[in-house]
Amino acid sequence: MTWGVEALGVSFGRTVALEGVTLEVPAGQVTAVVGGDGAGKTTLLRVLAGLVLPNRGTARRPERERMGYLPARAGGFRDLTVAENLEFVTSVCRLANVGARAGDLLERTGLAPFRERLARDLSGGMRQKLGVIMALLPEPALLILDEPTTGIDPVSRADLWRLIALAAARGAGVVVSSAYLDEAERASWVLVLHEGRPLLAGPPTRVVSSLTGSVVELDTPTDRRRAWRRGPRWREWRPGGDPAGIAPALEDVVIVAALAAAERGTP
Amino acid sequence: MRAMVLKEFRQLRRDRRTLALMIMVPLLLLIVFGYVARFDIKQIPTAVVGAQAEMVAGLLPEPFDVRIVDSAGDRATGEDLLRRSRAIIAVVAEPPLTILVDGTELFAAQSARAANLVGGASGALPIPFELEVLFNPELSTAVVMVPSLIGMVLTAIGTVITSLGVVRERQEGTLEQLAVMPLRPRDVIIGKIAPYFLVGVLDMAVITAAGLLLFDVPFRGSWLVFAAAAFAFLLAVLGVGVLISTLSHTQGEAIQLAIMTMLPQIMLSGMIFPLTAMPWGVRWISYLLPLTYFVQIVRGVFLKATPFDALGVPFLALILLAVVVLGLAVLRFRRDLAPAGRRRATPAEAAS
Repeated sequence: MTWGVEALGVSFGRTVALEGVTLEVPAGQVTAVVGGDGAGKTTLLRVLAGLVLPNRGTARRPERERMGYLPARAGGFRDLTVAENLEFVTSVCRLANVGARAGDLLERTGLAPFRERLARDLSGGMRQKLGVIMALLPEPALLILDEPTTGIDPVSRADLWRLIALAAARGAGVVVSSAYLDEAERASWVLVLHEGRPLLAGPPTRVVSSLTGSVVELDTPTDRRRAWRRGPRWREWRPGGDPAGIAPALEDVVIVAALAAAERGTP
Repeated sequence: MRAMVLKEFRQLRRDRRTLALMIMVPLLLLIVFGYVARFDIKQIPTAVVGAQAEMVAGLLPEPFDVRIVDSAGDRATGEDLLRRSRAIIAVVAEPPLTILVDGTELFAAQSARAANLVGGASGALPIPFELEVLFNPELSTAVVMVPSLIGMVLTAIGTVITSLGVVRERQEGTLEQLAVMPLRPRDVIIGKIAPYFLVGVLDMAVITAAGLLLFDVPFRGSWLVFAAAAFAFLLAVLGVGVLISTLSHTQGEAIQLAIMTMLPQIMLSGMIFPLTAMPWGVRWISYLLPLTYFVQIVRGVFLKATPFDALGVPFLALILLAVVVLGLAVLRFRRDLAPAGRRRATPAEAAS
């Protein structure tokens, strides 16, 4: 079963939040939605979760019993312990015999020693992991995670991505939003949003190879409007191509696409 | 420093609620204190009963506002009229002439005294009379205030705690988590309100017991009537709490709104300032507040053993307010939990 949205349009008053967005979330795969702040990632995920009604387009999602959703910055009920949070999900979703599975998920994420700790006393990363475990526990057919790794240390990020991969391996269609482009390279499919519109879409390797022109690496940029910093050096986009072009990363390709859109005057 | 002041002004200008709290509340207080805070009652609802009722009614000077004249009635009729709050003073016009005063209406009783009628042999009435203050013979303030304070304390606790509980869930993002879980909106709303309701009931029991024991407040009426009023009142209070939470983004906003709804309740409910002394320009607001009716009911039940059938109007109003407020709150809350399309959608292929 493929979940997703088609030809989506969402406006809040005069503000267009999403326009012409299509996204497929096939079972057993991780789909990443990336973009800067205000690109429309959260709105897209909320439409998919059924929390926002689109003005145009359709959304396909399973019934609620088979859907897991983690809103941005949420991670369990703060005044409940880790164990009580999982107990709540078990009870609400009427899950049977999930004790071992919950134990396994807690072990994998290093949360096992903190079962009796209140969610509010967990670190940011641990709370996010708890939130993901809560969304994963009912073995959802569609798992929607809104920026689960934002503000999280690299070790916890790696833990979270292992959980995400595990969910997909067990057959869930997973959609993850992120502001980090390096994370999108782990997904089977990536949708890059820019100001509410799709900028690029496809498997990460194909998106990378879709670059028009070349990206060169320099110590001093020649055209500031087409240059960005990468570590101690600069990278610059040459629309006409350049024999000195390097193999770009997904991040470079997304920046180039955004620059090209700005130069065309349309996002 | 200039930059700091400028920044603060800019922020303040955009924080409409704080601004409203800073400008509207002083204005409200001024209006309330100016027009409402009057303990001197110009007109005291008066009943005259007994064989010579017509004659005595004609003799009564200001501020006695004779509303009921019943020649066929007797002392028991007079007491009953006071018990049912149909009058504050009942004159039993048969020898010996007796004036009954409702001691739960402190300011009216004091106004009557000021009118040089009550409590002095040199009264305005040309014939000697006996005076009896019923229900609260010592005109004790605590006896009158404590039952109403139960309502005020519950308003404060119920409104603030409930609204904070819901807003925190929204702020943390966990309300959205709930919205996507296989729970019906009804489950979430009832599940959310029920614990606060039970805590409110417990709170009410504790405050009532403390009031009765510590301040020697009598309880003369029916516990059942009190329980019914408390039930309706608590629902209204929790409804206001939930409604506030649906209008607030942060806990700070919720507290501000709660204060804005509590101040008029305290000022205008008749708890402190008698409704009869308020001009109609302000008094109509009183009739929109749940606390107004709760105060009327508890004072009657605690102190005067007012029968249920005499409390029909405040009961009906309280229930109506509870239904309206709670209904509005649930509708708004429900909107957060389930956008229309979600309910329309067929489960397996939800196309919205």
